[in-house]
Amino acid sequence: MSAAPRRALPPWAEIGLLPLVNVALALITVGIIVMAIGVDPLRALNLLVVGALGSSEAIGYTLYYATNFAFTGLAVAVAFHAGLFNIGGEGQAYIGGLGAGLCVLALDRFLPGVIVVPLAILAAAAFGAAWAAVPAWLQAHRGSHIVITTIMFNFVAAALMVYLMVNVLIAPGSMTPQSRGFEGTRMPAMHEVLAALGITVAQSALNLSILLAIVCCVGVWAFLWHTPWGYALRTMGHNPDAATYAGNDLKKLTMIAMCLSGALAGFVGVNEILGVHQRLVLDFTAGYGFAGIAVSLMGRNHPLGIALAALLFGALQQGGAELAFEIPAMTREMVVVIQGLVILFSGALANLPRPWLQALLARVRRA
Amino acid sequence: MGNRHHAAAHPSRRALRALFRVRPESGAAPAIELRGIDKSFGTVRANRGVSLSVAKGSITGIVGENGAGKSTLMSILYGLYEADAGEILVDGQAVRMRGPADAIARGIGMVHQHFMLVAPFTVLENLVLGAEGGAVLRRGLAAARAELARLASEYGLSVDPDAVVGDLSVGEQQRVEILKVLFRGARVLILDEPSAVLTPQETDQLFRILATLKERGVTVLLITHKLREIMAATDTVFVMRQGEVVAERRTADTNPEELAELMVGRKVRLTLEKDAVATGDVLLKAEKLDLTDSRGVKLLDGVDLELRAGEIVGIAGVSGNGQTELLQILSGIRRPTGGRLQVRGRVIDTSHPTDPAEMRTLGLCHVPEDRQRQGMVAPFRAAETSILGYHKLKPFTRRGLLDHVATTAHCGLLMERFDVRPPIPALRSSSFSGGNQQKLVLAREMDRTPRILLVGQPTRGVDIGAIEFIHRQLVAARDAGCAVLVVSVELDEILSLSDRIVVMFGGRIVGELPAAKADERTLGLMMANAHA
Repeated sequence: MSAAPRRALPPWAEIGLLPLVNVALALITVGIIVMAIGVDPLRALNLLVVGALGSSEAIGYTLYYATNFAFTGLAVAVAFHAGLFNIGGEGQAYIGGLGAGLCVLALDRFLPGVIVVPLAILAAAAFGAAWAAVPAWLQAHRGSHIVITTIMFNFVAAALMVYLMVNVLIAPGSMTPQSRGFEGTRMPAMHEVLAALGITVAQSALNLSILLAIVCCVGVWAFLWHTPWGYALRTMGHNPDAATYAGNDLKKLTMIAMCLSGALAGFVGVNEILGVHQRLVLDFTAGYGFAGIAVSLMGRNHPLGIALAALLFGALQQGGAELAFEIPAMTREMVVVIQGLVILFSGALANLPRPWLQALLARVRRA
Repeated sequence: MGNRHHAAAHPSRRALRALFRVRPESGAAPAIELRGIDKSFGTVRANRGVSLSVAKGSITGIVGENGAGKSTLMSILYGLYEADAGEILVDGQAVRMRGPADAIARGIGMVHQHFMLVAPFTVLENLVLGAEGGAVLRRGLAAARAELARLASEYGLSVDPDAVVGDLSVGEQQRVEILKVLFRGARVLILDEPSAVLTPQETDQLFRILATLKERGVTVLLITHKLREIMAATDTVFVMRQGEVVAERRTADTNPEELAELMVGRKVRLTLEKDAVATGDVLLKAEKLDLTDSRGVKLLDGVDLELRAGEIVGIAGVSGNGQTELLQILSGIRRPTGGRLQVRGRVIDTSHPTDPAEMRTLGLCHVPEDRQRQGMVAPFRAAETSILGYHKLKPFTRRGLLDHVATTAHCGLLMERFDVRPPIPALRSSSFSGGNQQKLVLAREMDRTPRILLVGQPTRGVDIGAIEFIHRQLVAARDAGCAVLVVSVELDEILSLSDRIVVMFGGRIVGELPAAKADERTLGLMMANAHA
């Protein structure tokens, strides 16, 4: 029998209690820091929560941010289940947005939006996948480590976008590096759709991309646990030797996993470019790709967990912005510190409270 | 047994005794005494009320099937686990082991089944690891060199202190492990399945070392499931079953049959009965198979092999002499760099490669040598492991979706037919004991009614009751006309299963003989490539 000091918690505690304790620990730490700069932590917490969930507008923005986090979180999870660490979500999201934008720019003057939007979604997926496929191929056939190559590809993507936006795609006569606006083609905003259904909500950046994100959550779950390809992928992730033994082509599986991962990250471009900006711009990825790693980690690489983690991250993003707006001492950087602490406690330090919870549960059971 | 209380020896006498390393007289406190040790993991009680005492300067064996609680008990003694209840007495004094450091401080050392050595370090560097003796390494190394020389002469354990551990043979590496433990001042040595990786000759050597250690007053605890070794090496033996000590015997007063019965709890036939069967067509034929790795090392060198329907061919050899690579090529996992392979008419060579999936369609099934690393996926449910390699086939996949109901039903059936315990398809594969994992993998492969069955280490880490069962299944497959290839480092197994025995050494086949003409000595010499 091997030494097993880290015994499992019951599933409900593993999925429900542990993340809650992690977030609570993070918030306590945040509270101490906030007090140190002379802000009442309870007031800050109140502002944060109200800012994220206090109005239909706030909720709209929270969900809009959560959409991005869900896409990149799923992207990281799919690769992770195949034993691959995709750090390139940022670049894949960027290029995915480029794909969506190029598709619209090419077609919006000839075809109606209902046709162009689905094509643009496919283009985002294809471009994101293609951007992930290069590191995947290098890993599969040349043994270049995917962590290194995907990181590099983030920089390449950023440089490429700057070049394209400044030199090629810039709208004629424009002073800022952005393309012309899309004409009659965009992802419908949620407040418009709901208004058509007779429900009035405040205007926000939330658009129908969130439905795509939900579909992706369900799709990833079904793919990983209910298809033979998902089975093969997970086999490779847990045990590459067993996957080879079972007759799988690991090179092909690496390609499949990374292309799927890249496509999911590319959907950030749908939310941002088709949904919000409605033109190609620079830097719309804003770190979502990197945050996806934390989202996936926090969501225990399960689509349901990722959905919940994405909501938390979305709320922190939106509430944090409100906080920075309301309290001058809470700068943008402080908000990043808060987010960072949440990531730290629920990611890297996720197992910190585990022994305490185990002892606690054991005591409760004994009593 | 076990619960007598011994008065602790007077401290100054104990010190004196340690100083002169006098073998203690029989009235002294036992080196180790365990009283009423209880240990549970969740709902599993790994040890229940275990009491035993080990006399100073003896070799004591602990036998039991996998999961009988031997390793847990030793882990408790070595401080890796803490017992839920019970007492540990060392030299008659009750002690509490909070970790291996406590155990080492009390002179208890453990040689693990898997060596804990740093391959690129020298013997000396490995020796001082964790006991460097200060910030300046050189002083520690010099002291260690002197101590090593002393240990070597006292116990007859000669090893070159400057040899790189990675270059040593497995037997020598084990010697380094033993030296490491003695270097830390151990007077009680726990050996966990020490012969798992050794040839018969190396095992004999190990037992000679143990005998020397015993002469010098070291107490040895030998954990094994090999009855032959218990009979050969120990003075006393404790038999464990389901977490309890069920018997204590003086080795001279017992025999393997009795021990096997005590271990399993029922009569076990240690000999395999099989009838002669006429062999049929050649189903697999390897001609001049070569395998050279990327550094130009020849792993296989001109291997010729024929497998006929209705025979069991055993491949004997010290592990690491090409058997693993041969199995990889025959099962399609690895491509040969030269030569030709024919599997039921399909010709495979460097320009016509194959893969494991195609081999399966040709009716070749493979039970891999290392089930943990290849045959199963540890975190998968048993049901998921039970379709590994066949997951794309009906009924496991229907219309592109996995059918978990069919898979679970299938797994349940396999578990019933091969007596896998516990028969719960939803349980994690890694939660099963080694023998049950092996039965599950074997069930999965044999369920396809293969024409050719490759089996690597069919009973590695498998308990006696299961060994009997697995052997009978393999013979049944052969009787049904399957060509069976068995690779094993256990000579007993090769001898009792095979119709024909092939010996590998250095990537070549160095000999072949019918099982009837083979015995352990001949095979042992061939395995060391020392025969004429």
